[in-house]
Amino acid sequence: MFINFFFNLKSKGIPVSLHEWITLHHAMAMNLNDCSLTNFYHMARSILVKNEIFFDRYDIAFLDTFGGIETTDEMLDEILAGLKKVKELKLSEEEKKQIEQVNLDQVLKNFEEQMKQGHYKNHVGGNKAIGTGGRSTQGAWGYNPAGIRIGQGESRHKRAIQVAEKRTFRNYSSDITLDTRQMRVALSHLRSLLPIGYGEKLDLKKTIDQTCRNAGEIELVWENKEKKSSKVMLLMDVGGSMTPFAELVERLFSAAAGQINRFKHFYFHNCFYQDLWTDMERNQCVSTMEILKSEDHDYKVIIVGDAEMAPSELTWANGAIDYWYHNDTAGIIWMQRFKEKFKDAIWLNPLPKRSWEYVHSIRMVRDVFPMFELTLDGLDEGIKYLMTGKCELYNR
Amino acid sequence: MDYFKGTEDYVISKELRDNVNVSIALGRPLIVKGEPGTGKTLLAHAIAKGLEKKFHIWNIKSTTKAQDGLYLYDTVQRLNDARFGDHDVADIKQYIKLGKLGEAFNADEQVVLLIDEIDKADIEFPNDLLNELDEMSFYIPETKETIKAKTRPIVIITSNSEKELPDPFLRRCVFHYIEFPEQQLMEEIVHVHFPDIEKKLLREALKKFYWIREFDMLRKKPSTSELIDWLQALVIGGIPAKTIENEIPFLGTLLKKKEDIEVVEKSGKSHYAYNSSMRTRDVY
Repeated sequence: MFINFFFNLKSKGIPVSLHEWITLHHAMAMNLNDCSLTNFYHMARSILVKNEIFFDRYDIAFLDTFGGIETTDEMLDEILAGLKKVKELKLSEEEKKQIEQVNLDQVLKNFEEQMKQGHYKNHVGGNKAIGTGGRSTQGAWGYNPAGIRIGQGESRHKRAIQVAEKRTFRNYSSDITLDTRQMRVALSHLRSLLPIGYGEKLDLKKTIDQTCRNAGEIELVWENKEKKSSKVMLLMDVGGSMTPFAELVERLFSAAAGQINRFKHFYFHNCFYQDLWTDMERNQCVSTMEILKSEDHDYKVIIVGDAEMAPSELTWANGAIDYWYHNDTAGIIWMQRFKEKFKDAIWLNPLPKRSWEYVHSIRMVRDVFPMFELTLDGLDEGIKYLMTGKCELYNR
Repeated sequence: MDYFKGTEDYVISKELRDNVNVSIALGRPLIVKGEPGTGKTLLAHAIAKGLEKKFHIWNIKSTTKAQDGLYLYDTVQRLNDARFGDHDVADIKQYIKLGKLGEAFNADEQVVLLIDEIDKADIEFPNDLLNELDEMSFYIPETKETIKAKTRPIVIITSNSEKELPDPFLRRCVFHYIEFPEQQLMEEIVHVHFPDIEKKLLREALKKFYWIREFDMLRKKPSTSELIDWLQALVIGGIPAKTIENEIPFLGTLLKKKEDIEVVEKSGKSHYAYNSSMRTRDVY
């Protein structure tokens, strides 16, 4: 039954390896979880799950496996809390002496042993075991100076199942659309596009040269070589159906602009034609042709938009959604030109993927640009595609 | 076996404390992730203090290489010495300088090693350390020597998740994600820094602090360290608790971006939540 937990985790898409699973068994063999399911919940998570975006899925897998299980956790927590209380108690000298005779660790060990033997059920009286009315070191309504009360108060601690049921990490899950926190993580993905830094290398030829000039006094010459840095160009759809997402997207990338030194961003509405706007209000524009001609072809291009429009906006001359805008060349042609120039280009779509098939224009855009969902997973895949030209969905 | 219980001046959640002990017991590095200002680096300090062990820090920069942590072979010094002949340059050992990781391995007793902000380095960096951290030993070909840890050091690794860490590396570690402390834990943390802060002031300040953190729009959410700074300012400025109910003095210590300050100030004027006395009024 326990192995089910492993397969449950796997089936939820958490990358758990056998290596980690065996480590967990080592930990359990050492009883690091103190026979407690709550401790086990946290311990197993720390060993098996290495990214907070999987914590939510872990919770679900945990519920699946251990959902109906009975635990003695509350009792153990009570004891631990009780142990703390004992320390806080104000006691007379005599009482203190008595307490010193009892080692608190021993008390705990004693309790664990008995719990394993099943002594804790309905035990009344006695000197050793947990129960009620006895003189042992643990139990309720009994007497022992170092004794601990169990189950007299209300349980304040959460059981593992309840912790898992709360699913506090739902927001960290990777398949929901980006919010502020996710944006920062997403930004960190973009950083893999950053220059890697300076490498220092001994310039042998110049060193020998300089040393000779110095009459044998060694003079080292270092050369700095900058590793190839990436350039990012961002095109964003603003207005219309993108309005709810516009600010989100804009903030994400205005923050990115601070991180990446060669960063360009432009705006468009639904589809881009011969002009690209440099501001969100679409007052200032530059010529698309100029960009295609003058910019380096190794820019990584990220286009953000819902690609939801009338097919005519893509295929017709003068098909632009704005009545005052006239385009001689159809939008789809401009897109193809873009793709021809910048090989590394992706389209991020804030709409959920399941809806893409139902929109004609999205299908058309997807034929030109590889399209990814604007979620952590999608962005991850997209960046992978930009960097290596390969990912699960597309292969260049 | 060492059991870490926490220290007086570092408030620690039960889960984190347990995970620290799991990682010590298993002899595996503990990776700590979390928002900036949640005390990731301080954790390692606290462990060293709590267990009374020597403490080594290896600060990672974007140019740091795995080799730097193991050892450095100072060839230039050797070349220089060779010219004057006042050193025995045949003895390579004197030109081998151990790095932070090497020092920690070479120590006679168990030490605490903090590898700070591992994600700053090159993406290949963690992979280069796989074997070294697994075996806790490495080989120096120049001197044909193997440096092996007598006792496995307690290794704490912090990451701000600027870069993803490679899977094989993660497999060998224990992972903990520090959540942002809830109000109750935060009160404890503040009490460590300000043992005799006025209760009412603290409550009002925390209410405001968590209210600001709830803003989705913020570019940088205030963290614990900023809260501490702010409280310091409030205490020094002698601001009474009543004032905080209606306004937020010294907002600049909490928010570091001009846009953020504008967001909070703007919404504060019109939003009822700004006036906490109204917000907390019993509506039932």
